[in-house]
Amino acid sequence: MILGRVVGTITSTINHPFYDARKLLVVERTDAAGAPLADYLIAIDTVDAGAGDRVLVLDEGNGARQVLASKDGPVRSVIVGIVDAVTAS
Amino acid sequence: MLLGRVVGTVVPCVVYEGLEGVPMLMVQPLDKKGASRGGPLVAADSTRMAGPGELVYYEGGREAALALAPSFVPVDHTIIGIVDAHETVAEAAPAQPGRSTRS
Repeated sequence: MILGRVVGTITSTINHPFYDARKLLVVERTDAAGAPLADYLIAIDTVDAGAGDRVLVLDEGNGARQVLASKDGPVRSVIVGIVDAVTAS
Repeated sequence: MLLGRVVGTVVPCVVYEGLEGVPMLMVQPLDKKGASRGGPLVAADSTRMAGPGELVYYEGGREAALALAPSFVPVDHTIIGIVDAHETVAEAAPAQPGRSTRS
């Protein structure tokens, strides 16, 4: 899974039907200390995360479909946790 | 998924079975600030409504084909939606007390 921080939201009217009424957030990857990396991704939110939250992102299709109870949804990235603390030595 | 800008259309004359009639668009991948990142790629369009100039988000890999019907087709990038609004929070948003710990 990926550690990241929510940096934005995406709204869209015209989208694949699977994405109807789903909340999309832009997540930038961070290192363990919370410093942003260049990489980012757009993920479906399942935990009511918001701007600025540090989050845990599942970036794997089969797990993501399991989370969303879908057999064949075109989805790979899902926010599955809000991070309180990371301790890295 | 990543953000991209549609920069053109591709019209194939012969396609693998299952891809007949699927729109193909040139998409320029963007970074999180909206600047171009890398070279353009060709993506199928599951919305069938995207066009040049539009900001879209697209999925890559196996999930790209799952967005199409039939889904067992040789496609590696598919446009999932057209972006209406894209809000970005301030780059230096302060960490929320008690929600993150810098080590």
